[in-house]
Amino acid sequence: MTATIIFILAGTLAATVPLLLAAMGELVAEKSGMLNLGVEGMMAVGAAAGFVTVAVTGSHALGLIVGGVAALLLSGVFATLSIVFLANQVAAGLAIGILGLGVSAGIGKNYEGTTVTPMPKLSFGALGDVPVIGPALFSHDIMVYLAIAAAFAVWFVLQRTKLGLIIRAVGESPQSAHSLGYPVALIRTACVLFGGAMAGIGGAYLSIAYTPLWADGMVAGRGWIVVALVVFGTWIVPRVTLGAYLFGAISLLELSIQGLGLNVPSQLLSASPYIVTIIVLVVISRNPVLIQLNSPMSLGQTYRPNG
Amino acid sequence: MRNIYLEPRTERSAFAPFLVSMLAVCLTIIAGSGLFLIYGKSPIAGFHAIFIEPLQSSYGIGEILLKLGPFLLIAQGLAIGFRARVWNIGAEGQLIIGAILASVVAIRFDGSTSSLLLPGMVLAGALGGMGWAGIAAWLRTRYNANEILVTFMLSSIALQILYYLVTGPLRDPQGFNFPQSITFSAAATFPILIENTRVNASLIIALVVTVLAWVFMQRSLMGYKLVVGGLAPHAARYAGFGEKRAIWLALLIGGAAAGIAGVGEVAGPLGMLQRTVSPGYGFSAIIVAFLGGLHPIGIVFSSLLMALIHVGGDFARLSVGLPSAVTDIFQGLLLTFYLASSLLLTHRLRLRKPDAVLTAEAAE
Repeated sequence: MTATIIFILAGTLAATVPLLLAAMGELVAEKSGMLNLGVEGMMAVGAAAGFVTVAVTGSHALGLIVGGVAALLLSGVFATLSIVFLANQVAAGLAIGILGLGVSAGIGKNYEGTTVTPMPKLSFGALGDVPVIGPALFSHDIMVYLAIAAAFAVWFVLQRTKLGLIIRAVGESPQSAHSLGYPVALIRTACVLFGGAMAGIGGAYLSIAYTPLWADGMVAGRGWIVVALVVFGTWIVPRVTLGAYLFGAISLLELSIQGLGLNVPSQLLSASPYIVTIIVLVVISRNPVLIQLNSPMSLGQTYRPNG
Repeated sequence: MRNIYLEPRTERSAFAPFLVSMLAVCLTIIAGSGLFLIYGKSPIAGFHAIFIEPLQSSYGIGEILLKLGPFLLIAQGLAIGFRARVWNIGAEGQLIIGAILASVVAIRFDGSTSSLLLPGMVLAGALGGMGWAGIAAWLRTRYNANEILVTFMLSSIALQILYYLVTGPLRDPQGFNFPQSITFSAAATFPILIENTRVNASLIIALVVTVLAWVFMQRSLMGYKLVVGGLAPHAARYAGFGEKRAIWLALLIGGAAAGIAGVGEVAGPLGMLQRTVSPGYGFSAIIVAFLGGLHPIGIVFSSLLMALIHVGGDFARLSVGLPSAVTDIFQGLLLTFYLASSLLLTHRLRLRKPDAVLTAEAAE
């Protein structure tokens, strides 16, 4: 029993990292009014670029950086399409999503089925030896803790700094923000690029730490769950964070139930994150006031500076 | 760059949509050349394999016509929804459920020689696709749940349902545990349309659906209401066109078309239900719909192009050794460049007059 609890706690913390990082990135982009549906593609590109980097250089830090930069470049395509070329954000997000999945397959082509050494775990000395708590909370790589720090940093910047106020102002009303003299296009681009980098780092974590084995399509719908997470959390950082951990736990449930030897069709378990996503989405969305009060007013709308 | 600026167009030219799509194709070919070079392949050999080789044999042309059917069907259905700003991205799942229900009919009436069997399967497939898309419509209209996310999630769920059925309830008992159903009888498969190819009668359904889509979108009041509802929801509501009805209509039409495409696969080239029912037709059709300008006639051309890319991609893999990822990247590039080029539908590039001229004009 204790072993199961440790397995679920420790597993949840690790499984949540890619979701939490990517969700924080998407949240910032959406706060500025940019709905980027290409998260799945960005995570896939980050995962492939990060994996190949670690396979070649052996450096996990470099893998995370390269993964982040690769996805940042892809999100730059989204920003260019929707800000410079005034394309519909939904269509532009789908475009880079499809492009990203293709590029990911192209990058990882020669690495199918290969492994890399997983990211090293931090050592907490005596803390790691405390029963239950040690193995559950203090047996992780640095990203497990940095992801939490990142969520806190995003909350702090959005809620407690002038920069956050400007981002939120742009997301509520780009016209007003423009009138006040803020560079709307620049801020929106920066937020989209931040979202891309975070999705890329999240994807890279997936392939170099969480399951350090390259398989095409390994992101497996997580990017879409991330988009849903931002809605679940009604664009509020602590709620999005909570949602990310909830979904991290659900992905662990699949493994635990199989471990317990319960006779549940494996397909039902594989489908469970998607089923839960729909149920939670319905529960949250059925209250239109909750969504309307919290969603950025200009979310998904193309901003035309000249009228 | 500073001398070029964008001027909104006051009217649309009739040929602009066609030119924009052609521009996107040209840009994709240019970018694709770079891609071939990265893989150490000659762009000329690569493009020859993708765009010319399939057209040089009756086999290649047959395969293109075979893939034309599902692209036409799904994209026509999706385009109707997209014009109403209803984003159904789960056609792949609707296709799978359509294929499953049609297979259930085929397996239940195995051995029947009735000429009603195949129409029954088409009906079952259409209802299956409608039902699956209908879940998204119901959750959106009743609970305000975002249809983009719901249709995607439903696609992933449909795939798991398919895996469950072909390894369990619908598996061929004499099939040595292969994850596939029994082979359908002749009465449960579409007759071959062109000898020595795999082109079957489901293509006729796709062509009929194309004509219906054209009549619906260009000539019917309901199609007009849908488009207005998408462009100006407030005006539409004021005029009494319900948003909810538009969502239901768009998703049901898209689902039915995708479901029929699923029937075309299991009762066509596959002849059974198996784990891979579609090589991603439902997702590629999103690109087809956009590239065709969301117009029924434009979609005929974009479907042909997408079918050529899919078949040509297979040719290029065999003859030039290009990885299959190249076809996927191609599709992403195509939509990316199309969206960029689309700016020219609503704007034109103008050269800015030099400051001296402007000052002189102002002085006059």
